[in-house]
Amino acid sequence: MFKKFQPSTDIAGQTPVKSSVQRSIRSAVLEQWKIEPETLEAVWPKKEGLVHVKCREHISIYTVRGEPIFFQHFDGPIYPTLRLLHKYPYVLPMVRVDRGAIRFLLAGAHMMCPGFTSKGGYLPPADEALPAGAPVAIHAEGKEHAVGVGITKLATEDIKKVNKGVGVEITTHIGDDLWAIKAL
Amino acid sequence: MPAKKNRDKSDKVPAAEPAPVASEEAEGPPPPEPKPPVQVLYCGVCTFPVEYCEFGEHITRCKEWLQEKDIDVYNKYYSEEALQAKIGTLSLEAQTKLEKDTAKKEAKAEAKADAALKKKLASQITIKRIERNKRKHVTAIHGLEAFGIDLKKAAKQFASKFATGASVTKNPQGQEEIVVQGDVSDEVLEMIEGEVGLLKGIPADNVEIVEEKKKKGGD
Ligand SMILES: [Zn+2]
Repeated sequence: MFKKFQPSTDIAGQTPVKSSVQRSIRSAVLEQWKIEPETLEAVWPKKEGLVHVKCREHISIYTVRGEPIFFQHFDGPIYPTLRLLHKYPYVLPMVRVDRGAIRFLLAGAHMMCPGFTSKGGYLPPADEALPAGAPVAIHAEGKEHAVGVGITKLATEDIKKVNKGVGVEITTHIGDDLWAIKAL
Repeated sequence: MPAKKNRDKSDKVPAAEPAPVASEEAEGPPPPEPKPPVQVLYCGVCTFPVEYCEFGEHITRCKEWLQEKDIDVYNKYYSEEALQAKIGTLSLEAQTKLEKDTAKKEAKAEAKADAALKKKLASQITIKRIERNKRKHVTAIHGLEAFGIDLKKAAKQFASKFATGASVTKNPQGQEEIVVQGDVSDEVLEMIEGEVGLLKGIPADNVEIVEEKKKKGGD
């Protein structure tokens, strides 16, 4: 999503978000993520305005005090930026790729099913299975912190069964052009 | 009585409060505390969390940086045992290939950075004083982007510094430049020399002031 993304040409403009819309974004985040209201309040205080940064191809970045905290494609799920996820890793369900997949991920590739089903990988057990289209924190074998944020292309149980093709699409990863933006 | 506000909030790290246990609290539940964020050490060279430096393009400099910054963390990631352990489920062959790729990538990145630096040091900035009519001038500043300066932000800086209009526009050659209302060419040069605000890292020798007079058809 943030490949060859240049703030100077790919950002159309910034506008403060109306308070009614802020309320609906806040409740959407509380519904979609596993985050306590008081922790969200610490990240994004109610008295602090949210700014909508409109980007190319219907990508929206939301900032608080200039710092990107969420992003969204069309009106799809709201993703935390990776730096925010690093601070609060539990807000999204976790999947893990094996060590061999890390460098492909960091080069911007989507993640193939075997990267999750091999010995170094991890998918939630059947009773915590995720459907297709779920935002996930992507961790990596042997690493403490998430390497990316993505969305399941297949339900996690199907990733185990099918075990080929793309299992999770990457929406942002360490070192991409969103990572490079520390403030807007 | 309302809770006393902590007046001095400038103290660096708030003591991490243990998560409140919501169970047999006698006097009603206290308001829930936000969970403290995880502290991540990001590399001062490649910006990645330090455990991912091995996948970046500057591993040699990353290691030097971390060794200086925090020797314990350095040993955690680069001691002999750590290197053994980290290979994980990767085959030895794959690990060797990974290391080879990393070295190649690093050499390439360093060469690229060198070339970029050379190009940067050679690129010119022109400050052009343009006469609009007898008394009115505008100042066009061209070439700042080669020094990694965000033109929109720089335009804002000029606008507030000179309390005037400043915008990013395309010149007839199709290149972006900053146009400031009024003749501020000398002041802009001074700002570049003084490295004011965003205007950092530009050798003053690369800056040139030029004048563009209106062609006076009649005279
Ligand atoms: Zn590094």
